[in-house]
Order: sequence, then C-alpha cells, then structure tokens
Amino acid sequence: MGRAVNEASGKFRPGDRVRVRFEDRPGHIRTPWYVRGKSGWVERVYGDFHNPESLAYGGDGLPTRTLYLVAFNQADVFGAAEAPKDKVLVDIYEHWLDPAA
Amino acid sequence: MSDTHGSEQALEHPKHELSYYAKRIYAIRDLLLEKGVLDEKDIQCQIEYQEARSPANGAKLVARAWTDPAFKARLIADPKAACLEMGIDATSINEFVVLENTEKVRHMVVCTLCSCYPRPILGRPPDWYKSFNYRQRAVNDPRGVMREFGLTLSDDVEVRVHDSTADIRYLVLPLRPKGTETLSQPDLEKLVTRDSMIGVMDALPALPKA
Repeated sequence: MGRAVNEASGKFRPGDRVRVRFEDRPGHIRTPWYVRGKSGWVERVYGDFHNPESLAYGGDGLPTRTLYLVAFNQADVFGAAEAPKDKVLVDIYEHWLDPAA
Repeated sequence: MSDTHGSEQALEHPKHELSYYAKRIYAIRDLLLEKGVLDEKDIQCQIEYQEARSPANGAKLVARAWTDPAFKARLIADPKAACLEMGIDATSINEFVVLENTEKVRHMVVCTLCSCYPRPILGRPPDWYKSFNYRQRAVNDPRGVMREFGLTLSDDVEVRVHDSTADIRYLVLPLRPKGTETLSQPDLEKLVTRDSMIGVMDALPALPKA
C-alpha cells in the first residue's frame, strides 16, 4: 500500500458488515446510486482523506473522512449475477456507512 | 472509404468545424497568453508532459513485475515508490493501488461517476472508458464486457470490478501469458496492452516467432 494509507483509522475493520446509507442530496457525492441502501463488507481500510463533498465547493475538506474499500456480491447489488463469486468493490467514505448485521 | 467514386470526391478534404467547447478552450488559451498568465513555452511543456504519460509506463511496470518477484512485491506494497524506481512520476496520484490478477481472480476497473483513471501510468483514458455504456455495464455485466474484448472466463473465476469513485487509482497487474519464459523484458512489454491494465482483457498471448 502507498504511504498515505492508514489501516488503523476509522471505526470499521476488514470483514465488518456495512450498509450504505440511502440518502439523496445535491452535491459532489462520490457514493454511486447503485450501492445506496445495499449491504456489503469492508475489504480494506484506506485511511483518512479530505472530504470531496466539501473540497468540490472550495471548502477545506475537513474533518477528514475514513475511506474504505467496500465489497458487494454482484447479486446483492443487481439482483442477479452471471457467476456466483463475482463482486463489485467501491471506495466509500465512512459517513456513508452504517453497521449492518 | 470506397475508391469507386470519382476523383473529385476523393480529393475533397474533411471539414474541420470547431465545436463550441473547442472554440471556448482556444479563446481561454488566447486570453491567458494575451494577459501573460502563460506563454507558448508553458503550453508546449504541458502538452509534452501529457503526451509522455502513456500506457508504455504501465507496461514497463508490469513486465518488470513479471520477471522480478522482489520488484513485484515492492510494486504491490508501495506502487508510487516502485514507479519512482522505474523513473515514472506518479506523485500526482493521491493514492495508488495495484490489483494482481491470478488464474482464479480477474480485476476490472471503472469509474461509474466520471472518468477517474491512473493517468501518470496509462495516459489519457480511451473514449470508451468514459462512455455511459462502459460505465454502466462494467458494474452489472462485467463478463459481457470482457467477452466483447475477447476474454471468456469460466464461472469458477472470481471477477472483481473496482469502481474508483474516490481518492484511489487502480492499476491491474495482468497475468503473465504462458509460454513467455524466454522473452526479454522489452518483448514482454509489447504484450501488456492498455486494456489489460484496465482489466477488460488479459495480456496478449506470446506470438509465435515469425
């Protein structure tokens, strides 16, 4: 991993189940629609980054947000998958994630 | 183009009508020059820098990783430092992650929100990478996309599509093709296509000796 990565940051750890918040608001949102409301698990903790939702409007990006690599089964996101092991992995900031059972 | 037309049509040159955005960018350039914010040399330097960033950089990294296990380990552990070692400037990337393909796992990269792409390593993204078609189908029909690029995978292979929506840029480290054990590093580089580093296809097979 590169230098900026800090695997110790954030409240979720690899393997934790998470659910993406189903929110809709205007702005520079980096959470794609197709995973909102969907459940997956944390694959990697990437560390703390400036918040793009603030940076995009000339803000300072603070407080920083922990960024995670979140994995989803294809079938859990799209209802079906051509092959059972296929996954989609999305980089998601912590304020878009809730713990899931 | 058909050659059955008369010479008159054949000599007709294509018409280059500037688009609205092209006219706007030229107007901005002229204003920056006129106001002394930039000079022609700055613009030329930037064009040369943009052109220097090409998939050849990525191919160098991949071919060396195929032949040098210690380098491969460094490339995966700290891609930016490994780039520096090869004389490639990847410092403009916020964070950079290498995804290693295996016989059982294939990675594919997309940015469904825009066109995030590891430009210092691969240059400018191809137009299809930015198309709505690819951005939509890469996530919900990755195997269909791969088949269009000539790659058909069995169901026991795991396909992992990475949507690079944030600060991370991804480079796929394709599998080394079979039968390439005797190839030199420069010959290996020729097998590493741009599309294999996006992950929509494998590296080219070893070509039979001509």
